[in-house]
Amino acid sequence: MMGRSMWKYLVNVQAVTGRRLVIALPLIWLAVFFFLPLVETLQVSFTLPRRGIPPYEPLWGIDDDGFFTNFTTGNYALLLQYWSDYFGPAFNSIKLAFFSTLVCLLFAYPMAWLIARSNEKWRTILLVLVMLPFWTSSLLRIYALIGSLNPNGFINAAGLWLGLIDAPIQMMQTDFSIYMGMVLTYLPLMILPLYAVMVRLDADLLDAAADLGGSGVQIFRTIILPLTVPGIIAGSLLVFIPAVGEFVIPALLGGPDQLMMGKVLWTEFFRNRDWPVASAIAMLLLAILTVPIIYARYQDGRDAAAEKPNPKQAEAG
Amino acid sequence: MAPFIRLKSISKQFADVVAVDDVSLDIEKGELFCLLGASGCGKSTLLRLLAGFEPPTKGTIEIDGQDMAGVAPADRPVNFMFQSYALFPHMSVANNIGYGLRRAGMRGTELAERVDSLLKLVRLHKLGGRKPHQLSGGQRQRVALARALARRPKLLLLDEPLAALDKKLREDTQFELVDIQEKLGTTFIVVTHDQEEAMTLAGRIGIMDAGQLVQVDAPRRLYERPKSSFVADFLGTISFVDGVVASRDKTSITIGGDLNICAACGDDLPVGAAVKLAIRPEKINLSRSKSGDVNEIEVVVEDLAYLGFATNYRVKTASGQMFKLQQQQRRSLDTPLSWGETGYVHFDPQDVIVLQH
Repeated sequence: MMGRSMWKYLVNVQAVTGRRLVIALPLIWLAVFFFLPLVETLQVSFTLPRRGIPPYEPLWGIDDDGFFTNFTTGNYALLLQYWSDYFGPAFNSIKLAFFSTLVCLLFAYPMAWLIARSNEKWRTILLVLVMLPFWTSSLLRIYALIGSLNPNGFINAAGLWLGLIDAPIQMMQTDFSIYMGMVLTYLPLMILPLYAVMVRLDADLLDAAADLGGSGVQIFRTIILPLTVPGIIAGSLLVFIPAVGEFVIPALLGGPDQLMMGKVLWTEFFRNRDWPVASAIAMLLLAILTVPIIYARYQDGRDAAAEKPNPKQAEAG
Repeated sequence: MAPFIRLKSISKQFADVVAVDDVSLDIEKGELFCLLGASGCGKSTLLRLLAGFEPPTKGTIEIDGQDMAGVAPADRPVNFMFQSYALFPHMSVANNIGYGLRRAGMRGTELAERVDSLLKLVRLHKLGGRKPHQLSGGQRQRVALARALARRPKLLLLDEPLAALDKKLREDTQFELVDIQEKLGTTFIVVTHDQEEAMTLAGRIGIMDAGQLVQVDAPRRLYERPKSSFVADFLGTISFVDGVVASRDKTSITIGGDLNICAACGDDLPVGAAVKLAIRPEKINLSRSKSGDVNEIEVVVEDLAYLGFATNYRVKTASGQMFKLQQQQRRSLDTPLSWGETGYVHFDPQDVIVLQH
């Protein structure tokens, strides 16, 4: 009797700990690789630089004189003082991210629609084609793009050979080449969430709207667009957020004139070895990007809560 | 005068599947017509052809004297009520109902008043501000009905309008649907797989099988005088007896062989013709003793199921012929026949349905 209840207890404990373990593993992973570095960056942004390894003073500690701290808001003050030096790159980065997101959206929307409205066999094939570039190194894809856009690259060579152009067109180191790189890299991230929303859109709704007299444009405006907004938001965030910090694509495809935030961060970290200022830039950028999103989510949650049905009323009538 | 709706040898083929096969049908103005059939029989496809979501492969559809070939769904005097209701989830009930009216250019107080009267028609006033997900199944069904009626269609197509409701609600809603139809005088075509629903709703029923319209008739005639064994078997329960005409007079035939059954029959069936006879369970009487009726056959009780108001029997003749029958318990003290007991079935020749092969 005793043995059996003991056994039951153990099995129970195992089940509970098993379940907790499943949840705990990703949480631990997030804590170690996401949260701790974030806290470290935040700490570094409030401390002083120094020569040595690591190249910053500890934020606080205990030595022979007892508790000490190197806390300073000087890094942020510096950013404010020389804001014009940082404003330009920040503006460039946000502009690049904004227009990259917009172009991705314009291309991805009809592509996602086409995939979602195909039959099941074609859907799989098209989705694999969308994902395929993800399975090659992004660096490789960018070098392939350089090879195509160069003055003596594939496109110019083809144009000259066909007689469409007399001299090679300068495509590299222009806005065009940067946006090409950005859109080619980030397009799948826009297509997938849009597809996920569109494939769940009930085809009956479109038939119903047509039956009730909606024209193609009206059906798009009144039914399709509002119902795919969650996909548009998700895709735009997935593209916009990494695009703001994008360092490789502007560096490899862009000209020297446009300084991006990623490049500034790189310079502060590796050339100036001023980690505290670099961390302050990173934190400020994070705040600028996340505060509006969190606010939007908060508003969204409140709307959803306000809309919850009152079960008593729903049953009456 | 030409009928309100005329289908002339309509066919619809998808890749290698013939969904609708040479269907011709006339429907009068103000009729409540039911298309009844098992799933996959082509009834929903026929409805979509009428709505204009898809063009027929062959044949013509005329509505109110007008050929519908090439006419878009929006330009037909027809609206569609979807089985899934297809309510726009991001719009309020009022905006759902007003969607078609807004597309037609109606705005302001005129729109508000029209939506209001539709909400009253389906008894949903005060719920105009709700979103579809805040409604019960029955309420959603009524929003879908109001939305489909908003543009005052001459013809309303309803695809399984009650299938998503639970049994109790479905019974109430059936009568409500008929009430609304009678009040507005709109022609309704309802597709359903539920024969009870079709019987309750419809003035006429068209039974479909494998893309073909096999019989169109009033519910009563379909049940009492089916023209084929498919229809006889599809509607309710029935027992079949195969046989050959042994003798005949002006009003009846008698089949010979293992069983001698006399059936009322005005058709000119020659002696020797193979026929299939069909008898409904409630038309057959079961007794312990002989009564001397025209059709009287000795049977053994194979199986019975007591239902309270009646008992369902499966009985077997010496030759192995099965009959399914239902006995009402008129007096509670009657002791019904039990398993393995011998008795006699008898039925009136008038109640025997003669189906030709």
